[in-house]
Amino acid sequence: MHLIQRFKLDSIFLPLGAILVTCFFWYVIAGKSVITEKVDDFGDKIKVTKREGLSADLPTPVETWTASKLYITEPFAKRGELDQGILRFTWMSLVLVAQGYAIALIIGTPIGFFLGLSKKFTTAFDPIIQVLRPVSPLAWLPLGMILFSGVKIVNGDGRTTFGASDAAALFTIAICAMWPTVMNTAVGVRAVPQDYLNVAKVLKLSKWKTLWKVLVPATLPYMFTGFRLSLGIAWLVIVAVEMLTGMPGVGGFLWQQYNANSYAHIILCILTIGVVGYVLDRLMSAIESRFKTA
Amino acid sequence: MLELDRLWKTYDTPKGPATIVKNFNLKLKEGEFATLIGHSGCGKSTVLMMVAGLSDLSKGNMILAGREASGPGPDRGIVFQSPCLLPWMTAYENVMLGVNQVYFTASKAERRQMAEYYLTIVGLGDAMHKHPGELSQGMRQRVGIARAFALQPKMLLLDEPFGMLDSLTRYELQEVLLELWRRNRITTLMVTHDVDEAIFLSDRVVMMTDGPEAEVGDILKIPFERPRNRKEIMEDPRYYELREHLITFLNDRSHIRPSREPQFKPSPDMAAELAAHAFPFPTAAA
Amino acid sequence: MPLIEIKGASKGFGPPGNRTEVLKNINLSVEEGEFVVIVGYSGSGKSTLINMISGLVKPDTGTASISGEVITGPGPDRGLVFQNYSLLPWLNVEENIALAVDEVFKDWTPEQRKAHVAKYIAMVKLTPAAHKLPKELSGGMRQRVSVARTLAMQPKVLLMDEPLSALDALTRAQLQDEIADIWLNNKTTVIWITNDPDEAILVADKVIPLLPTSPATLGEPMIVDMERPRDRKAINHDARFKKLRTQLITTLLDAKGRTKVKASVKITLPDILPEDLNYVNSLQFLNRSGPKRRSDKNREEVEVAA
Ligand SMILES: Nc1ncnc2c1ncn2[C@@H]1O[C@H](COP(=O)(O)OP(=O)(O)OP(=O)(O)O)[C@@H](O)[C@H]1O
Ligand SMILES: Nc1ncnc2c1ncn2[C@@H]1O[C@H](COP(=O)(O)OP(=O)(O)OP(=O)(O)O)[C@@H](O)[C@H]1O
Ligand SMILES: [Mg+2]
Ligand SMILES: [Mg+2]
Repeated sequence: MHLIQRFKLDSIFLPLGAILVTCFFWYVIAGKSVITEKVDDFGDKIKVTKREGLSADLPTPVETWTASKLYITEPFAKRGELDQGILRFTWMSLVLVAQGYAIALIIGTPIGFFLGLSKKFTTAFDPIIQVLRPVSPLAWLPLGMILFSGVKIVNGDGRTTFGASDAAALFTIAICAMWPTVMNTAVGVRAVPQDYLNVAKVLKLSKWKTLWKVLVPATLPYMFTGFRLSLGIAWLVIVAVEMLTGMPGVGGFLWQQYNANSYAHIILCILTIGVVGYVLDRLMSAIESRFKTA
Repeated sequence: MLELDRLWKTYDTPKGPATIVKNFNLKLKEGEFATLIGHSGCGKSTVLMMVAGLSDLSKGNMILAGREASGPGPDRGIVFQSPCLLPWMTAYENVMLGVNQVYFTASKAERRQMAEYYLTIVGLGDAMHKHPGELSQGMRQRVGIARAFALQPKMLLLDEPFGMLDSLTRYELQEVLLELWRRNRITTLMVTHDVDEAIFLSDRVVMMTDGPEAEVGDILKIPFERPRNRKEIMEDPRYYELREHLITFLNDRSHIRPSREPQFKPSPDMAAELAAHAFPFPTAAA
Repeated sequence: MPLIEIKGASKGFGPPGNRTEVLKNINLSVEEGEFVVIVGYSGSGKSTLINMISGLVKPDTGTASISGEVITGPGPDRGLVFQNYSLLPWLNVEENIALAVDEVFKDWTPEQRKAHVAKYIAMVKLTPAAHKLPKELSGGMRQRVSVARTLAMQPKVLLMDEPLSALDALTRAQLQDEIADIWLNNKTTVIWITNDPDEAILVADKVIPLLPTSPATLGEPMIVDMERPRDRKAINHDARFKKLRTQLITTLLDAKGRTKVKASVKITLPDILPEDLNYVNSLQFLNRSGPKRRSDKNREEVEVAA
């Protein structure tokens, strides 16, 4: 009863309609295979498949589905290094993102606090931050490669488990995803009402206690907004990073399939990336709204 | 105990510095209960914040317990005009924050008892574990009062603590305040709008002139014996004289600034206060 | 038909199992142009009640309606003065009021609006502070801005939640008269909440006590039929005023007395004294186990005297 009231039917059917409309447009512009029978030079009848349409190479929705079925129905299969179920790829990407994201938060949050707390620190570092912030992941990756060219962790069989490209990937994700966390935390710390700080002062709370009992809880809502935006960026960056380094993952798969001319899989990857990004965002907003204090 | 000597407070505004409080002189004896009364916006909270150490003095000295006062601390308990509770903690946790701080040598059970005692006294025994967002405005203010009282400070600074409360609750809490004051010999400086409250509670009522450039306009000693009984005081003929005096000041005389009135004659209580300060009163010098 | 009507409304907070019922069986009807004051104790549910009318709180059962339509949310026809002055911190006094005025009087010329804003700022005596930000104002001044903002919107219904609690007697008296005047001239409907019985009888047509039973309910309305404008000095000697006052106070006290829990809890004040935090890092805490106690102190004093 409650559920039905809350999720009104509208909220199911309207998006569904929109999806159908989008699929229709996709179908219209997609190329279709046209099979014509032709008599060749030897007089034999042969079938010639030609693709026609506004965008001849773009597969139709149905073709996409048939081509991707295997990857979706067996999401955890592993047939080869670059031929695995889609969730397996997603998982790999997620692991990488999680690592990079964790680094971003661990570094970004304290920087944000310093920026918010100290005017001097802000004046000193603001220009650097403003310059570094808009740099694209594509630019960071090569730098990471150079920085970490010496990194090599070898396991028992003599195979590299963590090499320069892994380090560079983490570096890129971390440094790109860090900024929203930094900026939002700084804004949040500056927005802590003076009243709360007065309470801390009157009780002579130690620096440490003031931080944990007053500043952090008061900034949490801002911090989580930052965390959410950061996660979005980390997920954006992962594709670019995987493409460039050729690591296995959704992005790597996408690039490899492009090179292999199997365009249907590209669409599969794009949809996967989108859906995963959406789910991550929802998760983070759910957490975020839990920390919103009245 | 507390000595305020020619306190000035100036805020920098876009239109140049604005003097809010000017030449504020006051001496409080150990264990004295003084109230500060004046019109809205005259600078009462500003004075209180300076005493609390939360706001810098622009000029003047403040001596607290024989020493030049340093920054804020829990030896001066303060109840803010707006309750200032931390919204992510329950009422109990808000009180505990301070209790843990000053009774860190006491056992956990004793500390808990302390917080519960004062929360119950202010009438929040049932609502102790609610967050400020779930409390009514008056209840939040009572949590603020419990937080300050529970620390048993040497000095209490109260900024209109009972403003949002109905008269019954207000009477109850006034008794609680007096009891605490009596037991600990706390020096108290309280801001209020309520003339009856000022007379019932305090030893001296300090009246401030209108802002900006507010100063002490007059001081009135309340002669009633302690412990006081509300009913007896109300029936005392002196009560109406005192009340009349305060109301006249607020209605008619609050704009008269002693320092600018050549014919200003300080009342006996005020003259005594003035004599206690080293520098002669400006009019006398002129 | 009454302008505002609440029928059989109740409201509680909290999840099932840990629920506190705040209001029960609330029936209220306010005619157009009436001046109603609701008096109640702190924490009894006054703000909850007025928020039902403003639309910020939905009743659990029963309905609240305005001109026959169920109230679903806040609207510009009902101006609300909050108990905790909700001003936008980044706008100064003038802008805070102008924001509301511009919204309501879109068809006026800018000059008209400006004059209108200035008029209400002057009414609450804040002209010298018109360009100050909320954080540069005293508590009472913020409350006055909040009152001015709502009055300037000239809503059909004025809802005021303890608008004058934070003010001194003089300013309060002036604003009481001011609001009573506005009501006389514009015949707006006013619902006013207060915890002060004197204030209630002084300004109201109809005083309704909110009885602090648990959950709270509204008591019998009392009609104040004294001619306006009322002189606050003379009224103190008016027999009708005295009678109403006694009646109102006894009603409230009786209800309070009836709900007083008979089972008293025993609470003890632990015998501990605060430590001086200026010496936190000194060694004096090491050679003493446990807190300072008042009883120790007294014992010491006795020994010295002996
Ligand atoms: N940060 C500030 N910058 C500029 N002016 C300020 C600032 N803080 C306060 N003021 C001004 O100081 C004056 C006194 O404020 P204060 O809060 O001390 O008044 P108050 O006596 O406590 O009044 P109320 O009874 O209404 O609370 C006011 O006119 C206010 O505008
Ligand atoms: N969001 C909420 N969640 C839980 N309880 C609430 C909530 N809001 C109010 N209450 C409870 O409802 C009761 C009445 O609150 P309300 O704010 O209406 O009181 P009030 O009469 O306005 O008191 P005051 O004069 O102190 O402002 C209180 O016991 C309060 O704890
Ligand atoms: Mg104040
Ligand atoms: Mg309320």
